[in-house]
Amino acid sequence: MPAFEGINMSWFFFILFAALAVGSAIAMISQKNPVYSAVFLIITFFAVAGCYYLLQAPFLSIVQIIVYAGAIMVLFLFVIMLLNLRKEIRLPLHGPWQVAFAALFAAILLLQLVMFILAAVPTFHSAPGHGALSGGGEPLGLLLFTKYIYPFEIASLVLLVAIIGAVVLGRKKLPKEF
Amino acid sequence: MVPLPYYLTLAAVLFVIGVIGVLIRRNALVIFMSIELMLNAANLTFVAFAQEWRALDGQIFVFFIMTVAAAEVAVGLAVIISLFRLRKTVHVDDIHLLRG
Repeated sequence: MPAFEGINMSWFFFILFAALAVGSAIAMISQKNPVYSAVFLIITFFAVAGCYYLLQAPFLSIVQIIVYAGAIMVLFLFVIMLLNLRKEIRLPLHGPWQVAFAALFAAILLLQLVMFILAAVPTFHSAPGHGALSGGGEPLGLLLFTKYIYPFEIASLVLLVAIIGAVVLGRKKLPKEF
Repeated sequence: MVPLPYYLTLAAVLFVIGVIGVLIRRNALVIFMSIELMLNAANLTFVAFAQEWRALDGQIFVFFIMTVAAAEVAVGLAVIISLFRLRKTVHVDDIHLLRG
C-alpha cells in the first residue's frame, strides 16, 4: 500500500486505530443507555475497518463500514428505538458479584491469549515474496467465484433462511403450532 | 508495517472486552452487541494472518463471517423483539424460564 510505506506512518495509524477501538469498546460495555452503546460500537467498527485498511484489505475495510457500521448497527438502533427501554435504563447495570467474577475470568482469558501469542511468535514466518497483498475487489471476487464458489452459494442460502426466519419471528402473532 | 503479534494482541483485547460485556451486562441488546465485537476481533485475526502469509483466503473467510453475522443479527434481533412482546423486557435476569 503506497500510502503507508513509511514505518512511522503505519505505526501512528495502528496506535490511533487500536486506541480508538479499545477505548470505544470499553465505553460500549460501560454505557447505561443502549443507544450510546450502539454509537460507541459503531466507532469501534470504524477503527477496525481502519486496521483492515492498514492490513492491505481495502475491500474488506469498505465492506466492514457498509455492512457493520451501516446495516447491522442501523438495525440495532432501529430495534433499540422500537422497544421502549425507559424503565430498564434506571435498573442497576450489573449485580454485585458479576463484575468481580467477570474481571477475574477476563483477566485469565487475556493472560492465556497473550501467552499463546507470545509462545507462537517464533513460529510465524511470513510468506516469501514480500510483495504487497492485493485485497481489492477484483482478486477477492475472482477467488470467491472459483475456489470458494460452493461456500458462496451456501452463504446465499444462509441469508435466505435468515430472511425467512426474521419474518416468521417478527410476526405480530405466532401461529398456533408454535 | 506493524508486525503481526501487535494485531493479534489488539484482537485478543477486543475479544476479551466482548467477553466482559457478555458477562456483566444484563441488557440483551448490549450482550448481542458484545457478541458482534467478539466476531469482529476474530475477523481482525483472520485479516492479520492473511496479510502475514500473503494469502487472500483469510480475507475470504472474513467475508463469510460477515455474511453469517448479518444473518445472525437479523434472526437474533427478531428473537429479541418477540421476547420483548411476550415479557415487556429485554433484561436477561427477568427472562429465566423456558416456557412462555
